[in-house]
Amino acid sequence: MKILAIESSGSAASAAILEDESIIIEKKGPFKITHSETLMPLINECFKESGLEPSDMDLIAVSGGPGSFTGLRIGSATAKGLGFALGKDLVHVPTLDAMAMNCAGSGRIAVPMMDARRGQVYTGIYDLEDGSPRAVLEGCAMDAGELLDMINTKYPSGKVIFLGDGADAFKELIIERCKADYIFAEGDDAYQRASSVGLLGYRKAVNGGTVSAADEAPVYLRPSQAERVRAEQNGN
Amino acid sequence: MEPVTILAIESSCDETAAAVVRNGREVLSNVIYSQIDLHTVYGGVVPEIASRKHIEKINQVVKKALDDAGMTLDDVDGVAVTYGPGLVGALLVGVSFAKAVAFAKNKPLIGVHHIKGHVCANFIAYPELEPPFLCLVASGGHTHLVMVRGYLDYEIIGRTRDDAAGEAYDKIARAIGLGYPGGPKVEKAAHSGNPDAFDFPRAKIDDNKYDFSFSGLKSAVLNTINGAKMKNEEVNPADIAASFQAAVIDSMKERVLMAAEEFGAKSFAMAGGVASNQTIRKALEAACTEAGISFHCPPPILCTDNAAMIGAAGYYEYINGRFDGLDLNAVPGLKLE
Repeated sequence: MKILAIESSGSAASAAILEDESIIIEKKGPFKITHSETLMPLINECFKESGLEPSDMDLIAVSGGPGSFTGLRIGSATAKGLGFALGKDLVHVPTLDAMAMNCAGSGRIAVPMMDARRGQVYTGIYDLEDGSPRAVLEGCAMDAGELLDMINTKYPSGKVIFLGDGADAFKELIIERCKADYIFAEGDDAYQRASSVGLLGYRKAVNGGTVSAADEAPVYLRPSQAERVRAEQNGN
Repeated sequence: MEPVTILAIESSCDETAAAVVRNGREVLSNVIYSQIDLHTVYGGVVPEIASRKHIEKINQVVKKALDDAGMTLDDVDGVAVTYGPGLVGALLVGVSFAKAVAFAKNKPLIGVHHIKGHVCANFIAYPELEPPFLCLVASGGHTHLVMVRGYLDYEIIGRTRDDAAGEAYDKIARAIGLGYPGGPKVEKAAHSGNPDAFDFPRAKIDDNKYDFSFSGLKSAVLNTINGAKMKNEEVNPADIAASFQAAVIDSMKERVLMAAEEFGAKSFAMAGGVASNQTIRKALEAACTEAGISFHCPPPILCTDNAAMIGAAGYYEYINGRFDGLDLNAVPGLKLE
């Protein structure tokens, strides 16, 4: 099964083509440049350099959120457009699950953290024992301090690996508060990458977890500001 | 010449739209999913909600446009998409989707200016219309007086310095308790009001007589309402609406006639959501007819944000070989010239 994987939830977009679980090519864009300008050219490079055609793809895997609202939508609209034009299904891969997958070989508990502003991170806690991430804490938005308290309680002497731009943003807090035996992921594995999206996408698709291009949408984990304010005014 | 068929996509504000247009003039399909009900409770368009809804609807809307035209992507010669001006998050959905479709099917990609699209709605409504002509584009986000010299040659000769005309309608509607969207509600209320009840200002701009300003008018209306409240006097909302609308019409009429004379325009066209306002339309039509200027205004379905107009504009870019690359970005403040 040939899979095009798309990741644009964080500060650098990436694209990859996989054949089942083997990565044929992966391309990563520069940090802090609009994904709108980089993502399609990255996808184009993947095809040009691999000699494959868009019509060779069986499936489009997309990083489904959480993350930058705009970034997620660029990836989602791109995947939905490709799926529509090629007549292929999509597979929605939760971004935090794919990030945990980066650390599959680490032998540690993976804690992906994405900076969600306002002192919070989008995060989850993943057991990687059987080679695929199993969520101990499902993806959510929470205060970084609260997350560290939870890790200290659950894994007082456990082996943990932190990754993501949230781990960068709260590095000092982690060093100060975390009691577990922890390390930080390094290099490309420290951030979202399309190859992990493709890998998990393949496993999910094999188990029937695909979605039509029409029905795919990002999972933001947060309502819009306007909805939040309105809910507060209505006393929720 | 072989006919040119364009698939067009528009998502610059709160309408998710797609259309198939042949040779810039013939609409084969025109699908609009309006989100207005979602935004009404907030009293205006919420950009994040609009963007989220575009993502949910875009595939269905584009598919329906192709189905209604009896076509598949293989029958299409190019993909046109609005890339600005507009809400950046909303624009990005259409732009990203269009780029992916164009790439996957190896079709030319054409980024279209939203205002040019509005102008080109007139080419659909009036198959014989050709540049040059003068065009007033007025909507909730824009108020531009444009001299259209050629299919790709637009000169802005006047623009609003503050609120767009449609925005002024929304604010007045809120002030007299009519709610959102203001345009149709104020127009309806104005029917039973006296346009001479209040003498609201018709702003003049010193350094460009063709520029508009609606914020002074808006303030004058609000002051009148607040002043009456303080004195415990009743004001008739219909009179406010009619007098406000009369001021809007006067400022449009004056600029259109002046510009038509100065630039020698024999034809005038309206465009944008505000062109759906029948009172404005009739007043400008009467003024143009009296001055010997031929008058054009598309039907409301082509005045509101739609993709057929983007397909019309995209056609003229297409036949002039103006294509965009895969790095096309949304440009929220895109300039016309």
